[in-house]
Amino acid sequence: MRSTPRQKLGWGVANVVVLVIAAVPVLWLVSLSFKDPSTLTDGSFYPKKWTFENYRGIFDQSIFTHALVNSIGIAIIATVFGVVFGAMAAYAIARLDFGGKQLLIASALLIAMFPPIALVNPMFNLWRQIGLFDTWPGLIIPYMTFSLPLAIYTLSAFFREIPWDLERAAALDGATPLQAFRRVIVPLAAPGVFTTAILVFLYCWSDFVFAISLTSTNNARTVPAAIAFFTGASQFQQPTGSIAAAAVIITIPVAVVVLLFQRRIVAGLTAGAVKG
Amino acid sequence: MAEIVLDHVTKRFPDGALAVKDVNLTIADGEFVILVGPSGCGKSTTLNMIAGLEDISDGQLRIGGEVANDKTPRDRDIGMVFQNYALYPHMTVRENMAFSLKLAKENPEKIKERVDWAADILDLTPHLDRKPSQLSGGQRQRVAMGRVIVRTPNAFLMDEPLSTSTPSCACRCAPRCRGCRSGSARRPSTSPTIRWRR
Repeated sequence: MRSTPRQKLGWGVANVVVLVIAAVPVLWLVSLSFKDPSTLTDGSFYPKKWTFENYRGIFDQSIFTHALVNSIGIAIIATVFGVVFGAMAAYAIARLDFGGKQLLIASALLIAMFPPIALVNPMFNLWRQIGLFDTWPGLIIPYMTFSLPLAIYTLSAFFREIPWDLERAAALDGATPLQAFRRVIVPLAAPGVFTTAILVFLYCWSDFVFAISLTSTNNARTVPAAIAFFTGASQFQQPTGSIAAAAVIITIPVAVVVLLFQRRIVAGLTAGAVKG
Repeated sequence: MAEIVLDHVTKRFPDGALAVKDVNLTIADGEFVILVGPSGCGKSTTLNMIAGLEDISDGQLRIGGEVANDKTPRDRDIGMVFQNYALYPHMTVRENMAFSLKLAKENPEKIKERVDWAADILDLTPHLDRKPSQLSGGQRQRVAMGRVIVRTPNAFLMDEPLSTSTPSCACRCAPRCRGCRSGSARRPSTSPTIRWRR
């Protein structure tokens, strides 16, 4: 299917339009973060006065550095647990037939569709009563709850793609079920595990609803919530520059992860390519 | 001793389907047996029961004189070549063939020696460092066989081994099966069982 020059031009234009729509807000944010506070509202795309003051400023404040530590720690822990438990559940769902399997799948779907914001009020009260308020576990638990269904669905799709015969071959070769899982299934499911880990991580990293409702101090406040508490130089000045700088910083891991793993992510999303 | 005896063996699936009914068969040590029959008559199920991949509903399976109904596939020391090869896609040919020996914690030199010996019999020596996806169907079939003969098990089971290879390969592979038998001098008690489609 050879495309004519006219088709190529058409696709080229479409690509540029999409790129512009996606990139301009992000680039604007980047440019805002480098603008001197006095030139913030000058409306120009390119900073007239470059400064690193915004970045320096946020790292001076302990509110941001603490929040960064909280974000990284909570997201990583929630991802590790989410992927490990999700993998176990997904393996069982993909390979075994057990009573209540359909119920399990249906409940996972139900949880995934439930609006988190509706839970915030009761969770706020409950967390305060049982002492989970403003703690790392206090955030890790809801993150796991809401990302597990996604993890289970993605991983079970991957496990289903791996031929059953491979485990039987491993059994005949003398492997225990655990050895078969570790040495045959896991390497083959690696793209799926990566994709799932990335999706779970991104969910935890960028969550705002739980972060703002279930934390109150630097103990557990993550970056999206901390940004809401930034203060400007005076009570009349919006801390736009600092907010922009913080937003850029929080986007960097996302961009790096996606760039590094884009092949795996795409492979993960097109899992039908794995044939025994 | 690797005599295989099926004594009134029956397989009934949980949904009630009767796959194998009262099979009585004695395969002597070193014997070459072929199960022939129309599609769906229970050949695969019988092979799976001998290998330990399916439970036996009724009757007794004896391998080498010992009752083997409840033994895991690992303990039965049986090798099986699957119809669709079931090669490990993420491992090279050499690693595929060495996998069982590695699990048995054999020493690396012995593993290399056995893998090289098997590769030589099956003409796989130039392909040892390739992955299954880079091989032709016939070559994959031979890797699947190689994976079994490195262990020199008590018995070889092969599920439709030549149905998916080209006729020229089939003509080359069949003598190789006998070749494996005569080549495994250490364990002369190998008895290949091949299942052919009509």
